[in-house]
Amino acid sequence: MRTWIKAGSVVDPVRGTVEKVELIIEKGKIAEILPPGSAERKGPQTKIIDASDKVILPGLVDMHVHLREPGYEYKETIATGGRAGVAGGFTTLACMPNTNPPNDSRSVTEFILERAKEAGLCRVLPVAAITKGQKGETLTEFGDLREAGAVALSDDGFSVKNSELMRRALEYAKYHGLTVISHCEEADLSRGGVMHEGVISTQVGLPGIPSASEEIMVYRDICLAKLTKCPVHIAHVSTAGSVELIRRAKEEEVPVSAETAPHYFTLDHRAVAGYNTHAKVNPPLRTPEDVQAIREGLSMGVIDVIATDHAPHSTLEKELEFDKAAFGMIGLSTALALTLELVREGVLGLAQAVKKLSYNPASVLGVEAGHLKEGSTADLSLIDPEYEYVFGEADILSKSKNSPFVGKSLRGRNELTMIGGKVVWERET
Amino acid sequence: MRRFDHKDLLGIGQLRVEDIELVLDTAGSLKEISERDIKKVPTLRGKSVVNFFYEPSTRTRTSFEMAAKRLSADTVSLSATGSSMVKGETLIDTARDLQAMNPDLIVIKHSSSGAPHLLSNRVEAGIINAGDGINEHPTQALLDLYTIREKKSKIKGLEVAIIGDISHSRVARSNIIGLIKMGAEVTVAGPPTMIPPAIEALGVKVTYDPAEAVKDKDVVMLLRIQLERQNRALFPGLREYASFFGMNSDVLSLAKPDVILMHPGPMNRGVEVTSEVADGPYSVILAQEANGVAVRMAILYLLIGGSGN
Repeated sequence: MRTWIKAGSVVDPVRGTVEKVELIIEKGKIAEILPPGSAERKGPQTKIIDASDKVILPGLVDMHVHLREPGYEYKETIATGGRAGVAGGFTTLACMPNTNPPNDSRSVTEFILERAKEAGLCRVLPVAAITKGQKGETLTEFGDLREAGAVALSDDGFSVKNSELMRRALEYAKYHGLTVISHCEEADLSRGGVMHEGVISTQVGLPGIPSASEEIMVYRDICLAKLTKCPVHIAHVSTAGSVELIRRAKEEEVPVSAETAPHYFTLDHRAVAGYNTHAKVNPPLRTPEDVQAIREGLSMGVIDVIATDHAPHSTLEKELEFDKAAFGMIGLSTALALTLELVREGVLGLAQAVKKLSYNPASVLGVEAGHLKEGSTADLSLIDPEYEYVFGEADILSKSKNSPFVGKSLRGRNELTMIGGKVVWERET
Repeated sequence: MRRFDHKDLLGIGQLRVEDIELVLDTAGSLKEISERDIKKVPTLRGKSVVNFFYEPSTRTRTSFEMAAKRLSADTVSLSATGSSMVKGETLIDTARDLQAMNPDLIVIKHSSSGAPHLLSNRVEAGIINAGDGINEHPTQALLDLYTIREKKSKIKGLEVAIIGDISHSRVARSNIIGLIKMGAEVTVAGPPTMIPPAIEALGVKVTYDPAEAVKDKDVVMLLRIQLERQNRALFPGLREYASFFGMNSDVLSLAKPDVILMHPGPMNRGVEVTSEVADGPYSVILAQEANGVAVRMAILYLLIGGSGN
């Protein structure tokens, strides 16, 4: 079977180019990338996909999602999350270990991979816990987890409070080739808080989470990375102070990488007005100045990765008093459009933006993905970057609908997703 | 005729100056009912009011019940312990069940900021916020404004000090918003651990020292210190609080000679206020209680006693 993606513009995040090409796919791989107009049909065996007004992206890689399985299947499953992923243009998802039981063992990692195979949608890369039960007490069996298929380690949702344990985790993970992803939160400082501590929390009377609770741990982890010369990846950066700490660390060549999520460069703490629990997320939406700093951090390359922190919650956790509602919002359906907004506003070039959604997260995780070249696996998506629409619940393929963007106008959406040369999702016309 | 154009009373923030004046004027004319021999008028006959108190409450709840009964409304009270909320039912479910019985008003006191707002989006009955988390306690602020106006015959231009745990006080927040709206000047004071960030954005001055805050003030308003806050390291202990932030006659003497001293109750005598001051000549604490019933009658009347009657 031969597929010809005809007359599309392909984004190459590594070379930083957007070029009109003819893409030939054979046996699940990119067989040829030809100049426009130079490809031809070779018999009836060639399937032609017209991409003349589309942009071809390497399949997007989301290194921070919560697929909720096992344990919280009423919120999301590997299959429903995978469906939301491919619809959003993603072909690879790295799923966080805060399931029930948490992914701290070979058997859970294998279970996740088994379920992902059955679902047959996104490639799923399990992120295992750093500590058993994510309790911050004892290291998990990194080597065994690596063999079972885990690509990274994180106690996401918590920081490893014990600095010595974190140090040892970085050292031991490096040996096994596993990326350590750190959720940075000084829990004593954030305890009881439900939104950013600042002028809005004072106005609406909600307990705040100060920026310092994130920044203290970002700095600690930078110090540990410097001490051990072992890499650390900072998850969901939300404050101007964190961006500055990471910028300086990179200047000193400390092995640190960082991600942020679309909501941190799109929304600020005013979004919680009216006690909107869909805007309740951890770390919290910060000030407009923080949003600006995050954008600059993306633009300057301080922040390497855009990851969604896709966190599905049912109405049981969201239709509640604000302080009782769960933290988190879904992101797989909106990440592409919100990132394209940065491109339109001139914060990022298209290739640069795509790199943060594909090649860079793949590199941080040490997997081969996010770059379309001859010989590479044909994971890609075809997008219409200018399509304008009002985002509605019908656009959400996740089991949970907890998005603060429902009802908002978005521009840009995915039209078709291919994994290993097979079309796994296509928009119905 | 002046109209009170609101379905709910969720916070002082939603009220305009005219609305607040209307509430205070209405309370003024209803206050006399409580001084009669037969303390009841038929104004709200056939109306029903649910008092839904998710937090323990004695004074606010009694005050609301008294207010409703003096206007002849039927009242039902439920508290969290006696309701299905302890059985795991959500606030929204409880609200829907209540709505099915078609009450005219639901008065809610709840430990979560924004709980009344959540109800108001879900039920047709009017909602009165009787205190939500650390957000607002609008009827307390209205009765405080009423008391201030009664004692000082104006609010505009008065200088007011609010002293105590500003961070965790819904009474402080509602009073700050209301007083500023009505043209008073407000200074807040208390341990730095209890002054919320960016409080200046609400239009207040911040000093930490109670003596400085009290100086030349027309009104001194104290807040209740919640003893459990000690556990979160907000202050080292009651003795220390009393000696550095408690109100005694020496500190109070720095205020204007005709100062009034207010406290929303219940008081911790010997902590935020000495008995000498609480029971002294400047104290209007008991007047606040009495006015509470009149102001709540006014709110009930303005919300459900109007047109359809």
